[in-house]
Amino acid sequence: MPKIHVTTTINGDATEYLCEPEQTLLDVLRDELNLTGSKEGCSSGDCGACSVMVDGRLVCSCLVMGAEAEGREVETIEGMADGEALHPLQQKFIDHAALQCGVCTPGILVAAKALLEQNDDPTETEVRYWLAGNLCRCTGYDKIIRAVLDTAAEIRGA
Amino acid sequence: MPDEVKLNDMDSLNWVGTRPARPDGVDKVTGKARFGADLSLPGMLHGRVLRSPHAHAILKSIDTSKAEALPGVKAVVTRDDFNDMPSEFVPAGEMMVNYRDIVRNVMAREKVLYDGHAVAAVAATSASIARKALKLIEVDYEVLPHVIDVEEAMKPEAPLLHDDLFTVGVEPAPKKPSNIAKVVEFKLGDVEKGFGEADIIVERTFNTAPVHQGYIEPHACVASVNADGLAELWVTTQGHYVVRGHCARMLGMDISKLKVTASEIGGGFGGKTVVYLEPVALALSNKSGAPVKMVMSREEVFRASGPTSGARVYVKVGAKSDGTITAGHCELKYQAGAFQGSPVQPGAMCAFAPYDLENVDVIGYDVVSNRPKVAAYRAPGAPISEFGVECVIDEIAKKIGMDPLDIRMKNAAKEGTQAAYGPKFGPIGMISSLEQAKAHDHYSAPLGENQGRGVASGFWFNIGGETCVTMNVNEDGTVALLTGTPDIGGSRASLSMMAAEELGIDVDKVRPMIADTASLPYTFLTGGSRATFAGTTAIIHASKDAIDKMRARAAQFWDVSIDEVVWENGEARPASTNVGDFDPLSIEDIAKLANSTGGPISGRAEINVQGAGPSIGTHIVDVEVDKETGRVEILRYTVLQDAGKAVHPSYVEGQFQGGAVQGIGWALNEEYIYDDNGRLENAGFLDYRIPVASDVPMIDTVIVEVPNPVHPYGVRGVGETPIVPPMAAINAAIEQATGIRFTELPMSPPKVLKALDEAAASGGDD
Ligand code: FES
Ligand code: FES
Repeated sequence: MPKIHVTTTINGDATEYLCEPEQTLLDVLRDELNLTGSKEGCSSGDCGACSVMVDGRLVCSCLVMGAEAEGREVETIEGMADGEALHPLQQKFIDHAALQCGVCTPGILVAAKALLEQNDDPTETEVRYWLAGNLCRCTGYDKIIRAVLDTAAEIRGA
Repeated sequence: MPDEVKLNDMDSLNWVGTRPARPDGVDKVTGKARFGADLSLPGMLHGRVLRSPHAHAILKSIDTSKAEALPGVKAVVTRDDFNDMPSEFVPAGEMMVNYRDIVRNVMAREKVLYDGHAVAAVAATSASIARKALKLIEVDYEVLPHVIDVEEAMKPEAPLLHDDLFTVGVEPAPKKPSNIAKVVEFKLGDVEKGFGEADIIVERTFNTAPVHQGYIEPHACVASVNADGLAELWVTTQGHYVVRGHCARMLGMDISKLKVTASEIGGGFGGKTVVYLEPVALALSNKSGAPVKMVMSREEVFRASGPTSGARVYVKVGAKSDGTITAGHCELKYQAGAFQGSPVQPGAMCAFAPYDLENVDVIGYDVVSNRPKVAAYRAPGAPISEFGVECVIDEIAKKIGMDPLDIRMKNAAKEGTQAAYGPKFGPIGMISSLEQAKAHDHYSAPLGENQGRGVASGFWFNIGGETCVTMNVNEDGTVALLTGTPDIGGSRASLSMMAAEELGIDVDKVRPMIADTASLPYTFLTGGSRATFAGTTAIIHASKDAIDKMRARAAQFWDVSIDEVVWENGEARPASTNVGDFDPLSIEDIAKLANSTGGPISGRAEINVQGAGPSIGTHIVDVEVDKETGRVEILRYTVLQDAGKAVHPSYVEGQFQGGAVQGIGWALNEEYIYDDNGRLENAGFLDYRIPVASDVPMIDTVIVEVPNPVHPYGVRGVGETPIVPPMAAINAAIEQATGIRFTELPMSPPKVLKALDEAAASGGDD
């Protein structure tokens, strides 16, 4: 099976790669491009550890084929901080101790950022339902939810 | 018992008890932290495992020739590539494992014993070629009858998993093999007499389902073996020294030839204390001459890595009408999976441990059946036995009209209590946790319709063990802190805080690192809630070593004796004005003088830490039961637990919250479901449903601090106890909301709905 040539944009950088037809976007990010910040917890769309943005939409990269990224804009955890400056969510996750092992953290940060971009004043319930596709086995979610709500408050200047 | 130590002055602490940012925080929020599957090496191959579709079958033959002929396949291994091992038990976390069994679990030999049992493995130039190669391996199975249920497995006519397994712990020794590996018993006093004195006796039988640790990161490793036999292994594990020992034994290597590096670890909860892929990856690398990466899929994690036991638990408790418990009896039948070694022993030891009782008799059975071999899961064994006991105590309280916290208070274990499993307790936090629960506003908040409140307590021992620390004082006076316990939940933060506290320097000046197995002597794994307790104990010793050396350098520089130099606030100072008029020397100053006063400076500790103090907690939960769907909603949750002394309170709270939510999953949803052929039906997160963010409320925490007298700061382990109380607390809350006392976990919507319908049909509560 010949490989497929893909031209895309990842975290703002024009990127080209070759992928097998059966490789997912997650496989490509991790194995071909060495962007291992996105994690594979299930490869079936059930854990959210592989969350990325494609053309501004939050997706599980394990459910998107590598070839589908052609001509699109992909954003991953690696593009979240602005150089040395952490995104406010990243800082709040550290401040609130919102991670223990941290393997769910990249996916949760990408998903939470997507939420705050469309709603900077979510209720606790809205945050919980938005993040219901991102499994965390360590924290019991309490500090994650607090970190997201606190970031929203900071963004609003409250 | 180790000696009690003088407790530090807790009012003058700079770091212990504060909440600084964790040292690995930025790495983890930016995606830079490297977990098990994140390493790639030049020329690396991809390994995959062929797994049995049968629950029980004789492995008649395995033909790998077609797979080997596939272009891109570089190595195939089967049982023939591993030597058989004699029966010998070694510790893995709080459990023991047997080499004879590990080698068979890693790669099936005579038989496959569960759906998902490894049969062969390949290494190929790509993952897709490896997958294709697996399909070309021909295995001839002779399928045998199988057994899944624990009581079925105990019957004399049950299909036998191992024809050389004879029950240990019974007299006379049985002449026939069975699936019962072991019987354990703990006794105190005279239970018959105790039951005779009781005004009320309640007996119940409970069933608990096996549940998986559910770490989000699957097992993963990269192995590289050179032609000269020198090997390296990168692996996500709770204990890289333990992995090194197991792999070296199984592959017949000298320990010095194998260097193991622990990656960042994406959750373990006890499940990453054993080996699965690691010996296979080493064998594939050895055969192919190239590095080999192996990563489990989620399905493989469920089918082939350890859940904890499901069990049948019979509990009988007698009490006087004033609530005094006169006798407790418990019979525990724990599934071990395909090989012996369930956590029935710790389960039996913990069953009545929160209580001060005169008459106790606990008997436990370790039973094999055609399921994956269980692995440790957070307080292994304790949540199962304590669930049964706590439910029965709650029922007695109801029946005699006593508050459920009061009955626990009346019988609470305290300093001096003789535990049925052996020791006399030192100071412990049962009474404090109960008192603080009773005083908490949660306990008196109003409840609405279809709502109920439950409480339960939980006990776990905690452990110490072999622990090494090296503290290098760098040329500029900063400190490199090497420890050997993988950091799963933020322990590097606590460990660097303790070093900063002891040395009297800023926490930012301490850089903690997890050393590889060649850089620090043997250190036991992260388990038994020991990483912070044992790690801080070793750091206190290592700091003293470093401080003594720095005092000696100052003494040399001032030309006085070491006794005339003290260490205060991170500086060497003259012990008194009589010594001389010297300016203090800071750690930076001494680091600069190091070469002229004898060379580099480090502090070291290589110790076997003793005296972990047990941790006891009490949980309060409010639920609402939806009578239409049977769904149980957790409305409010409070954890009150003894931490001895919280080094970094945020991460202590995190342990309480995470453990409680795992317990909520155990109580309400999680279970292994097998079909008639013994195949696991729900090997994925869609059908094996762990709690998600919208399933739970905030988890309130109260850190109770009853200092552990053998630790200078009073620290106890905290990580495991929080998973013990939730199942019984939720059970009691559901009972209050519905009048129905469930005896089976999980209390999932279909089961709750069925019970509600039955109760409605019979026209009353039970
Ligand atoms: S790996 Fe994509 S959702 Fe789990
Ligand atoms: S912090 Fe470990 S899974 Fe979320």
